[in-house]
Amino acid sequence: MKKGYFGEFGGQFVPEMLMPPLRELEAAMRDILPSDTFRAELDDLLRNFAGRETPLTACPTLSAELGVNLWLKREDLLHTGAHKVNNTLGQALLAKYMGKTALVAETGAGQHGVATAAAAARLGLECVVYMGATDVVRQAPNVMRMKLLGAKVVPVQSGTKTLKDAINEALRYWIAQQDSTHYCFGTAAGPHPFPTLVRDLQCVIGRETRAQMQERVGQLPDMVVACVGGGSNAIGMFHPFVDDASVRIVGVEAAGTGEPGCYNSAPINLGRPGVLHGQHTMLLQDADGQIEPSHSVSAGLDYPGVGPEHAHLGAIGRVTYGMATDSQALEAFQALTRREGIIPALESSHALAWVLNNRDKLPAGGHVVVNLSGRGDKDMEIVREVLFREGELA
Amino acid sequence: MSAAIHTDMNDMLPEAPVSRLEARVAAANAAGRPALVPFLTAGFPTLDRFWEEMDGLDRGGADVIEIGVPFSDPVADGPVVEAASLRALENGVTLRWILDGLKARKDRYNAELVLMGYYNPFLQYGLENLAADAAAAGVAGFIVPDLPLEEDAEMRALLAARGIDLIALVGPNTSEERMAEYAAVASGYVYVVSVLGITGVREGLPPEVPQTLARARKAFRLPLALGFGIKEPKQLEGFPDRPDAVVFGSALLRHIDAGNSAESFLAAWK
Repeated sequence: MKKGYFGEFGGQFVPEMLMPPLRELEAAMRDILPSDTFRAELDDLLRNFAGRETPLTACPTLSAELGVNLWLKREDLLHTGAHKVNNTLGQALLAKYMGKTALVAETGAGQHGVATAAAAARLGLECVVYMGATDVVRQAPNVMRMKLLGAKVVPVQSGTKTLKDAINEALRYWIAQQDSTHYCFGTAAGPHPFPTLVRDLQCVIGRETRAQMQERVGQLPDMVVACVGGGSNAIGMFHPFVDDASVRIVGVEAAGTGEPGCYNSAPINLGRPGVLHGQHTMLLQDADGQIEPSHSVSAGLDYPGVGPEHAHLGAIGRVTYGMATDSQALEAFQALTRREGIIPALESSHALAWVLNNRDKLPAGGHVVVNLSGRGDKDMEIVREVLFREGELA
Repeated sequence: MSAAIHTDMNDMLPEAPVSRLEARVAAANAAGRPALVPFLTAGFPTLDRFWEEMDGLDRGGADVIEIGVPFSDPVADGPVVEAASLRALENGVTLRWILDGLKARKDRYNAELVLMGYYNPFLQYGLENLAADAAAAGVAGFIVPDLPLEEDAEMRALLAARGIDLIALVGPNTSEERMAEYAAVASGYVYVVSVLGITGVREGLPPEVPQTLARARKAFRLPLALGFGIKEPKQLEGFPDRPDAVVFGSALLRHIDAGNSAESFLAAWK
């Protein structure tokens, strides 16, 4: 297989001026990541700064309703509120070992921006975060958090003023600042080696889940489910189970409002192969290859592409990629909140929504693990708005 | 696939054809000046004005015209080219519109024509169809800023089979070894990027430009075209080794956007 490819997906479709820093990063992954000192320092950060390991929580009420044993992998309990910090601590530490003094990052909802800013503050690195101007307005509390953590937040006015444009702008910044700065990419996508680097840093999710299931019920799960935007929480959960034929794996894309032809964030289900942000992958695009705007009620899934390893796992049929709509996600959000006392992020609510709406596809009596990738505190405004509009909140 | 193409070419043409782009730059240099290579986004500022400005650039003495194929996410470009690109898309520009327009104007231009754009629109058009239609439209070369050596073999082979060059891009952080890898496959001219950055956002040229040019001179036997941040001839004064061609992009687009003609922009360089 060609270097940096997963089947026909992946690659390095970047300007020549980004090839030297990408090669530098590949070398760092090879030489630094496996070293004992690096592993020990990252492990300490993950345990004692971020709060690993995260619990595996049984859901008695929903389990009884669904006729399966439903478990949640609690990435929502991590510092900064989502799985993102697994990646940013790893990349920030790697950047430090590489001799870099600054991080640049893109962010959509602001979760990756906050997690990057926190890692940078902890490790004494400068931090610049590019964020679409539309998102800066929509996600004001996260902008405040990033600024408090010492990051410089740059609103991006170009294109659709959302995540994809923030990535464009962060890549441009990195071209110019590559000597001093590491690009702390937020998801398992982009040019090689980012899809592999981010996956390797997120695989702690699946490894822990495996060990916890063995310990608690003496077997592997029958099914694991995760939401897929760029796909970093999902690949972190899936990858350690890919070689276990008995484990069914389901990724859940955001179907948007759900009517035919609506804007969505489901490129594996509704897109075509193409090239964006350095990777050959499944994309939302028009007939001429222009990238189409995406939509999801959850900003963290709102991206017109997907990590190339997911495109590959879908193409070979190892992972089933389903969809959940905005309203299904909101229903799942309420179900988990009321029935189990856990307020999930709208992103993670998509994974749960697939489970709630596909009972016939669940392994009856078996064990289903949903990756609860983040907590819902950040979504209060949008949830309030929607539920108030629908008359469910007075 | 590429082996078969090369065999066919060898059957038809016993000797490799001389690149039209290489020959055109050499002709300008023989006349004692760098080749003038303006960049103009297709369909900018309007569909009709674009074709008028193409004529103006041609009359004004452009040796090569780089026609920008608009893309929604132009990651190597600065705000001026990006804005022009998005405006062109709003005007309804597609790759097919560009190729059909050029086909209808075949042999109209004295300048050689190069299409410059990001990979996805080319990929979605179909690379084989693209090579055939570009050849029929008289296109002499392509520049694809997000297609480095690792990914360009298929497109390079398909274009080469039609006598079309895929222009190599190198920059201040491209090592001599890396340039040598490009030199093994490059044809036409070499696009030397002046700065570690994006198009059109700075005042002067950075001090490392002569070193970059010197490295490229050593690695390539092809003519060198300098681009990114070029506005006026005096920027090149004092260079020990003048580039063989100069590319103007953002400065020309700004000039046109301010209501001036493309032709008048070239006057300073004649």
